[in-house]
Amino acid sequence: MLRLAPLLIVTLLVGPILAGLAMALLPAFGYLPALGGHGFSLDPWRQLLAQPGLARSVGVSFASGLFTTAVSLAVVLLFLAGVSGSRLDRWIRRLVAPLLSLPHAAAAFGLAFLIAPSGLLARLVSPGLTGWQRPPDLLIVNDPWGLSLLAGLVIKETPFLLLMCLAALPQLDAERRVAMARSLGYRPMTAWLKVVAPSLYPLIRLPVFAVIAYATSVVDVALILGPTLPPTLAVSILTWFNDPDLSRRFMASAGAVLQLGVTATALIAWCCLERLVARLGRHWLARGGRGQGERPLRLAGKGLILLASLTAFVGLVGLALSSIAGFWRFPDALPQSLTATHWLRALPTLTGPIATTALIAIGTTLLALSLTLAALENEQRSGRRPAEGKLLSALTLLYLPLIVPQIAFLFGLVVVMESLGTRPRLWLVIFGHLLFVLPYAFLSLAEAYRRFDPRWTQLALSLGASRNAIFWRVRLPMLLAPLLTAGAVGLAVSIGQYLPTLLLGAGRIATVTTEAVSLAAGGNRRVIGVWALVQASLPLVGFIIAVGLPRLLWSNRRDMRGSP
Amino acid sequence: MSAGHRLVLDDVRIILQGNTLLELDAEIGPGEVYTVMGPSGSGKSTLLAYLAGFLAPAFQASGRVLLDGHDISRLPAERRGIGLLFQDPLLFPHLSVAGNLRFGMPRAAADKAGRIETALERVGLAGFGQRDPATLSGGQKARVALMRLLLSAPRAVLLDEPFSKLDRPLRHDMRRLVFDRLREAGLPSLLVTHDREDAEEAGGRMIELSH
Repeated sequence: MLRLAPLLIVTLLVGPILAGLAMALLPAFGYLPALGGHGFSLDPWRQLLAQPGLARSVGVSFASGLFTTAVSLAVVLLFLAGVSGSRLDRWIRRLVAPLLSLPHAAAAFGLAFLIAPSGLLARLVSPGLTGWQRPPDLLIVNDPWGLSLLAGLVIKETPFLLLMCLAALPQLDAERRVAMARSLGYRPMTAWLKVVAPSLYPLIRLPVFAVIAYATSVVDVALILGPTLPPTLAVSILTWFNDPDLSRRFMASAGAVLQLGVTATALIAWCCLERLVARLGRHWLARGGRGQGERPLRLAGKGLILLASLTAFVGLVGLALSSIAGFWRFPDALPQSLTATHWLRALPTLTGPIATTALIAIGTTLLALSLTLAALENEQRSGRRPAEGKLLSALTLLYLPLIVPQIAFLFGLVVVMESLGTRPRLWLVIFGHLLFVLPYAFLSLAEAYRRFDPRWTQLALSLGASRNAIFWRVRLPMLLAPLLTAGAVGLAVSIGQYLPTLLLGAGRIATVTTEAVSLAAGGNRRVIGVWALVQASLPLVGFIIAVGLPRLLWSNRRDMRGSP
Repeated sequence: MSAGHRLVLDDVRIILQGNTLLELDAEIGPGEVYTVMGPSGSGKSTLLAYLAGFLAPAFQASGRVLLDGHDISRLPAERRGIGLLFQDPLLFPHLSVAGNLRFGMPRAAADKAGRIETALERVGLAGFGQRDPATLSGGQKARVALMRLLLSAPRAVLLDEPFSKLDRPLRHDMRRLVFDRLREAGLPSLLVTHDREDAEEAGGRMIELSH
């Protein structure tokens, strides 16, 4: 059974993606018998190309993907290069970690509440600095250039890339490398950028690709912050797909294929950029400059990452404030009165979606953890290491659901399910979430599992314990903390999913996330505040358990309190 | 305790990529400590891994390992009846001291609690059963590890430099304790070390690996 686990994981991840892509490709060329498309034609493409504003949609999707990635990566690298282990640095790291669990939609709402013409920022400086007595008529959120979309994505992708870097850095022995370079006369930040960054980048390349793919094709954040006339490509596709006129599905499929192309082009463009930077960098590395005027760069690194994380937190405060605000006249920084009305009114409608969200998240996470544990345990027992042979490519396959745009294959998957006569059910949504939860759960747990000292196993075997007994009585309890962390990551990923829930649930399965995002168009701040805050706090429950449970269980076991 | 066991290494040869790493022919009687000396890289730990059943697939081995006349070289590690003592005591951090001792005891053993208490008393740790292993001193941990090994009722024992991480004054006492207990239990033991004093105090035969 155990030996089948890796195969099962790969099938579960790759199968649906391939099926989904195929079933997006066929209708894109006119073939979908269920809707009367029996022959192949280029009509869907003609229709697609005739859509007004298509070029602009494509342009915004492409550019926001590349810029988000470039800005986030630059901020993270600048910060890491300037890290000196000071209290501020440690504080920043601690500040950034919880942001990973913040759902994209909640972060986007928070930002919108902050920067909107009538948002917190405008209120704080009005009328004193601006003289505004009423909200200015500016299109800040949903701006046509997608700048607020870009900002919203950077807020979320910076912590992701930072944590990926922090996970990879211990392999590089960065401190000794920097010390070495400094003894040769390099300034600390230049030293880090010259001797650590070039080895770090290859280790975080797949996460970087995932960011590009995500940012070029995101739907929920784009619905909240992105341009509207025309919207980004992914949002347009969703609109066409949901059009009551079913014949537009052909065009939507062509759009999905186009989206795949846009993301692929963005990835290729990034690879070209990599080459260019590598070429310029080689020159820069070998030239021997020791670095001067590092101070502004160091400040920029710290300042930008602080700005990004504080924006997210202040945005959350804004959400909270809106959700309890009574009457709140424009230039006032704070509401005149506070009220629980919005919460009380929302409560009856909240419970259902919260229960559904929890059910899906817990189901998905348990499945993902079981599969992950089975695969990792199999790896331990067969003694095969990922570096030896095929498992390295299996790791790349793990990233597949994160690199193929969701919208490109989820449509096809819906078509497959419809043609199989499968009704939207909870298990279908769970299965859809699994595609995205499994990679994160695996990546989160694998490191701890593989680093587990093999002598514990040898010792237990020599004491006569069977392989199964060792798994249950030694490995699992000793790895409880990383296991729970992986679980919390899984829960957070599942809770934040918008598109898979919407599409595989055919709009009939309401989670906190689908409900919150659907409120975006309405613009009722008070209600949005309530829902977005609930969405933001649900993943925290998982992390509180992950931190608290080991401390509670091992309160009498000192060596178990720091993770092993 | 028991009548005594006998461990025979019959023409054991370990090969890595066609090169013979080590060859050994030895017969270890009940209560005898047979010492294998050698610098690091001489294949000592590979020999232990082979005998205990953890040899990495990259290695090949030939010969037989007879324990009380039965060839155990093809048995899985958990069924060989060979106990291990490492450099570190490796007490399971999630179990109490008693939990650690209980972990290794055969499932059918009678009066586990009583035997655990007796075992702790014999090494001067009476009443330590419910303690968190992390609160023990280095010497106390080493003694618990030894009793865990003995309570698991092995038929032979492998010692992997078990004294090298102990402080000097403690080291002598620990050697005496370990060797006395092994002798008393009639267990054939194979000690791997690079410390000549270990070998001298073990008092058994010794072989030196080169390379």
